[in-house]
This record gives sequence, C-alpha cells and structure tokens, in this order.
Amino acid sequence: MTAPATSPPVSTDAAALPALALGDDALVLSHRLGEWAGHAPVLEEEVALANIALDLLGQARLLLSMAGDEDELAYLREERSFRNLQLVEQPNGDFAHTIARQLYFSTYQTLLYGELASGDGAFAPLAAKAVKEVAYHQDHAEQWTLRLGDGTDESHRRMQAGIDALWRFTGEMFKPVPGLDADWQAIQQRWTASVTSVVERATLTVPQGPQTGAWTAGAGREGLHTESFGRMLAEMQHLHRSHPGASW
Amino acid sequence: MTAVTAGTAETTGVPGVSDAAVAAETAAHEAVFDAAVAADERIEPRDWMPEGYRASLVRQIAQHAHSEIIGMQPEANWITRAPSLRRKAILMAKVQDEAGHGLYLYSAAETLGTSRDELLDKLHSGRQKYSSIFNYPTLTWADVGAIGWLVDGAAITNQVPLCRCSYGPYARAMVRVCKEESFHQRQGYEALLALSRGTEAQHAMAQDAVDRWWWPSLMMFGPPDDESTHTAQAMAWKIKRHTNDELRQRFVDIAVPQAEALGLTLPDPDLRWNEERGHYDFGAIDWTEFWDVLKGNGPCNDQRLSRRRQAHEDGAWVREAAAAHAEKHKDTGKHGEAQA
Repeated sequence: MTAPATSPPVSTDAAALPALALGDDALVLSHRLGEWAGHAPVLEEEVALANIALDLLGQARLLLSMAGDEDELAYLREERSFRNLQLVEQPNGDFAHTIARQLYFSTYQTLLYGELASGDGAFAPLAAKAVKEVAYHQDHAEQWTLRLGDGTDESHRRMQAGIDALWRFTGEMFKPVPGLDADWQAIQQRWTASVTSVVERATLTVPQGPQTGAWTAGAGREGLHTESFGRMLAEMQHLHRSHPGASW
Repeated sequence: MTAVTAGTAETTGVPGVSDAAVAAETAAHEAVFDAAVAADERIEPRDWMPEGYRASLVRQIAQHAHSEIIGMQPEANWITRAPSLRRKAILMAKVQDEAGHGLYLYSAAETLGTSRDELLDKLHSGRQKYSSIFNYPTLTWADVGAIGWLVDGAAITNQVPLCRCSYGPYARAMVRVCKEESFHQRQGYEALLALSRGTEAQHAMAQDAVDRWWWPSLMMFGPPDDESTHTAQAMAWKIKRHTNDELRQRFVDIAVPQAEALGLTLPDPDLRWNEERGHYDFGAIDWTEFWDVLKGNGPCNDQRLSRRRQAHEDGAWVREAAAAHAEKHKDTGKHGEAQA
C-alpha cells in the first residue's frame, strides 16, 4: 500500500501566494456560507446566501487552479498552509454576525478586485468577472446592515455586536500581499470611508481603536489561524482524505 | 377560461337573493368550470372554482412546497463535506434551486387565497405534510447521488404530468421546476456513476446508498390506487393525470436499465421483465413502513421538523427587523433616502 498523499503538496512558493491568498479567502468564506443552508431566517436568504457562496466557490476554483490542482489545494493542505484572512474563517454566529463579516469582506473584495481588474496583471481577467459578483454581495450586505441596524432594538443590538466583534480582524486585509499590485493604503482609506458610511446610516457606531493589532496583522496570510479554523477544515477535508487518490 | 369570474360570485351573498337563485348561479359556475376542465383549458386564479378543487390544490401545492424546503436538509447535510470542489458547487446550486422551487410553489399556492406564512405555520405545527422520502437520513456521500438519481427521478416522473395540470399557476411552476429537476437528476446519476466506476470502497458506498433509497423512492408515488383517497377526484379535475401505481410502474421501467448502466443492483429479488405486460414486475412495498413514516415515526421526522422550526424561530428577529425597517422608511423609499 502506498502512503496516502496527505502531506501538504503546496510549496511556500512565493509566486503562488497571491492566488492562494485570494483563492483561500473565497474558498473558506464560501464554506462558512454553505453552513447556512437550511438555517436561514427567510427562504429568500437561503437563495441569497447560497448564491453568494457559489460565486465565491467559483472564484476559489479559478484562483486555486492558477496555483495548482484545486482539490489537492483545498483538501490536502493543513491549517498552517492556508493563506486566507482570519476574518473569513470566523464562525457564522447569528445572522447579524454573518452580515458584518460579509460587509467587511465584500467591501474589501470590491475595492481590491476593482483595482486588479483595471490593471494588466495575471488576475485582471478573473477580477473583471468577479467585480460584478462582489458588487452584488456588497449590496446585499449593506442592505442587511441598514435593515438590522435601523430595525428593532434587538436587531440594532445584534448588528452592533457583530460589527464590534469582527472589527479586530479587519486590519489584516490591508497588509500588502506580495505579488498583488494594488494601492493598499488607498484601499484601506476607501474601505474605511465606505464601511463608516454604511454603519452610520444604519444608526450604528464604528468601533474605536486600531484596526491593525500587533497579532492579527498578516496572520492568516502567513498561515496563522484562529482555533475554529482547524475544525472547519476537519469537516471539509474528512471524506476526501479518507479515500486517498479517489476521484469523485 | 374567462366566462365566469370570482367577481360575479360575490353577488351570492347579497340579501334578498333567494336560495334557488344562489343554487342556479352555482350550477352555472360549475357548468362553466366543468366545461373548461373537459376542454383542457387552464383554470386561473380569478376564475370560479369548486371549494373542493381549491382546497385540494392548496393541500397538494403546499405539500409540494414544504417538500422542497424540508428536502434541502438531507442534502445540505453534505455541503460542508462534499469530496471535491466541483461536487460541492453542484450540491450548493441544487440546494439553492430547491429553495427557489419552494418560493415558486408558495407563490402558486398564494394565488388560491392562502399565504406563505399560513402554510409555513401549518408545516411547523404538523398540520400539513411533506414528502415521506425526506425522513430518511443521508449517511454517506453516495446518498447525495442516490437522491439525485432516484428521488429526483421519482419526483420528475410525478411532476412532468403536472405541467399539464388544470390549474394554470401550478402547471407553469411545474414547467420551471421540471427543467431544473432534470438537470439535478442527471448530475446525481453522474455522481453515482463516478462512484460505481471508482475504487472498490466507492462502488460499495454507491451500492449501499441505492439499497437504502430504492424502496423509499418507490413509496414517493403514494399509496396503492385502491388505498388512495384523493386520486379519483384529482383525476376528474385533471389535477392528476395518472394514478400512483401507473406512475410508479413508469418509474421502475425507466430506473431498471439505468441501474444496469450504472453497474449497480436494485434490492428486489422479485424484479424481472414481464414480456406479456411489457413492464417490469417488482416486489411488494412495505406499506407498514410507509404509513409509519407518514405518521411521523420515520428515522428523521422529528429532526427535520425541529430543524425547520428552529430556523424559523431563530430568524424571527431578522424578519421583525426587516418589517420594522420597511415601516420606518415606507414614505421615503429605500432606507430613508429620498427617492429620485
């Protein structure tokens, strides 16, 4: 019997980093949104959340394929080899928590893909397609932030809690990814302006304090993740790893 | 049909109109309705229809919608564990489609004067049912393929004739639903084929799934004709076009060669081609199990219903927030911004 191919097949090859960073973000967030299936507050949100998850999974497949074999990369890497932001691996929490995560991330994706699409780098064609999807994701997140923030007392409280709890994971988004040609400072400024505007219109308060803590900055991109991520991978990878070499 | 609309039926409540006049008017409505059904015309929401017809359709369409919604659970059970990104994308798209089908069907039911909230309430309180098939557990990845092939296959066999159902909104919903269902069924078949042709362990997984899903799929067509209380009337009204047993036979005849092509066996020692009938004969269905599952005693009945109730209860504050937000901003347009 040959040894199962479960050792991380991916190099820490710097050339692969940008595709892995963007691909892992999309893969991991897609997985989290997939956990909502059958649990959404209204049927329309079953459709919407699955739709966003599918868009992200589509992005992930293209991006991971640029770095290697999509399934090997998704299913056979261990936690320390994933390059996604800590933000996207955060558990769903309640609907407001999920929406806060969507608001932060979709705003980032819109700005980053907008820049990549207008450049002539390797990611330009993919970004040009993805900007249309992420604009829809951002709109969805903004609409719900407004509804929940400016809805009932309870929804206001929950939305503020989601905004506050995830704030500490946002600083990481603006640390430059080597190989991705973008004006990271400008992205941070525009992100802050956009999110601030939505949060304030939703009658909520923008969290105080630094976005970029000493610990979180760059952590996910360097393979340093939060504790719940390992469990997520255990569930995601279990079947694939149980049948080494099988095709599906 | 256009001759008599619900609008004219309102006159029956007017004081001073004699019972005889009411009876005559009802008879006139019925004649128009019966003629429309006989001529294979579509009944539309504003047309007069017998109360029994309306109630029967509400029951059937609601049960169909509930089945789409509950049916998301056994498959969603595998979204986070799908073994390749391609399969994961297919499964996510399928579960999303099911939510969409539920939405079409609730809309079709609403044209009959009920509301989605009312129907969901009946589902959650157990007063309306969903398909018995979704009370079986998905224990392995191969179950996802078996559901696509067998469960969706049975659903399509049932639903294709409903595209010609006498009630227009239901028939039109079925046209859209059937297109997507056929796609899912092919994908399920293809997933099983990959397993059947894969490693020994994958093949065994596929066979085990088919062994567990075959009989429950045959039960999806409902009780045998001599025990089906609604069939005769539903056929007279052209809501149904074929009996349960006719459709079940049609499904078996299609599925047997497909199983052969898959390289998998069906768990029925009595299954064989009957030259004289031109159909496959098959073994006896365990109707005790069927009625047990229908009464709520299947393997997952409690789990499915409590999951659905939980999602609804957990989401109450979200729905209340959306309503409160809409109420605050109803005069100023979306989110309080002045409309252009």
